Amino acid sequence: MMKLDMSALETQFGAPAGEDGGLLFDVDGAAMPGMEFPNCRDQFDRFQATTKDMVKNKRGTTTLAFIFDKGVIVAADSRASMGGYISSQTVRKIIEINPYMLGTMAGGAADCQFWHRNLGTKCRLHELANKRRISVTGASKLLANILYSYRGMGLSIGTMIAGWDEKGPGLYYVDSEGARLKGNRFSVGSGSLYAYGILDEGYRFKMSVEEAGELARRAIYHATFRDGASGGCVSVYHVGPDGWKKLSGDDVGELHFQYYPVQKTPVEQEMTDASTS
Amino acid sequence: MARYDRAITVFSPDGHLFQVEYALEAVRKGNAAVGVRGTDTVVLAVEKKSTPKLQDSRSVRKIARLDTHIALACAGLKADARVLINRARIECQSHRLTVEDPVTVEYITRYIAGLQQKYTQSGGVRPFGLSTLIVGFDPYTDKPALYQTDPSGTFSAWKANATGRNSNSMREFLEKNYKETSGKETVKLAIRALLEVVESGGKNIEIAVMTKEDGLRELEESEIDEYVAEIEAEKAAAEAAKKGGQKDA
Repeated sequence: MMKLDMSALETQFGAPAGEDGGLLFDVDGAAMPGMEFPNCRDQFDRFQATTKDMVKNKRGTTTLAFIFDKGVIVAADSRASMGGYISSQTVRKIIEINPYMLGTMAGGAADCQFWHRNLGTKCRLHELANKRRISVTGASKLLANILYSYRGMGLSIGTMIAGWDEKGPGLYYVDSEGARLKGNRFSVGSGSLYAYGILDEGYRFKMSVEEAGELARRAIYHATFRDGASGGCVSVYHVGPDGWKKLSGDDVGELHFQYYPVQKTPVEQEMTDASTS
Repeated sequence: MARYDRAITVFSPDGHLFQVEYALEAVRKGNAAVGVRGTDTVVLAVEKKSTPKLQDSRSVRKIARLDTHIALACAGLKADARVLINRARIECQSHRLTVEDPVTVEYITRYIAGLQQKYTQSGGVRPFGLSTLIVGFDPYTDKPALYQTDPSGTFSAWKANATGRNSNSMREFLEKNYKETSGKETVKLAIRALLEVVESGGKNIEIAVMTKEDGLRELEESEIDEYVAEIEAEKAAAEAAKKGGQKDA
């Protein structure tokens, strides 16, 4: 049987160990400059995936957007968390790409901010070259193509592109896996499950702008109530034919007492001092 | 080994790019082509030089379709045309893929002109020896458009234009006789311009008509003969009227 040339797989540090002839990184401490590798004896190809999983942000946030007869409502919380530590309660998760398009941020903050800014540049260049605004379809496709080309390299972005173009309101979900979905209602983030519950129940196509904004606000509030990684303030934006406008920004703590005001309970027992005699 | 990075198109002392000007000469020797824009129609008419008896004329189409709503005719080196048309067709589809929208006529003209310009400023290549007439409908505004590009890479929009052999006389005719037309009148105007420099007859003219609803349609020889007959009749009537008027005076 021919002896396969494994010289490329030999590390400089540890001696190749075991019956597999040094195929797997089975290193036992001593010779290695101390670094803990994830244990992946069985699947050599899982090494990369497991390492990336360790560093991946778990999208601790709640964002939502939906289309109704008067445009698009976009809402998000404002908490940034690093594991169990709340790093900020005042993050702006709704990014203004241009006066008639908004993007939401979920996943890596730096990734989202940079690529949305980059998308804004591309949209502006398209406008200048073609003498017409880019459609929401086109903008979301530009972003999705970029993210697809970086697939597998560790970008973490779960965003919704919402806007109003010639064809009316548009809403697309784009993520760093390369997915691009057109839809009427989306919620992204760790709190999205809770937000969907309120959103799906209360959604009607025909609503006034105030009703729609209130629905979004309530949905985000309930997500922040149950999800530890969401909180801070709820920002609600409306995108209409003339562009976007911020409807409200409310602290969830205050919203809680608005929705569930404190009930005064009757006094059942009163503590009195024991009589001294 | 020969080095292919030396530029061929370089400036002359008095500011000319001779290679580009020689390319324009090649265009002037190419077949005559005319484009006319109407209110709801655009027409391309191209001269068909006599085909050898044994040649299958269907394989020598002078008017190329770039997309469902864009067509192109050109004058000059046909082999260069093939390369340019292929690149333009790919760009039309690529645009549909990246932006989910069809190209505008202006966009694809800008692309073709940009390509032609690139070849005047690169090492080891010569300019494309052709001028193109690009027609189509804007997918957003539904308005017809006609553009022309040339070997230097400039482009502009026209109401009517001609290129290739004897293009000056055709353009003069168009300048004198152009008016806003639609449908059949646009076709007739294009044919009349071409007949100034080309032998009359369906065998010598290739015509494509584009409308918003029906897209691009190449006319049959018999249809062209009908138009030509109509035009000749109109011309004869006009001559007779003139003679009659002169007699009276």
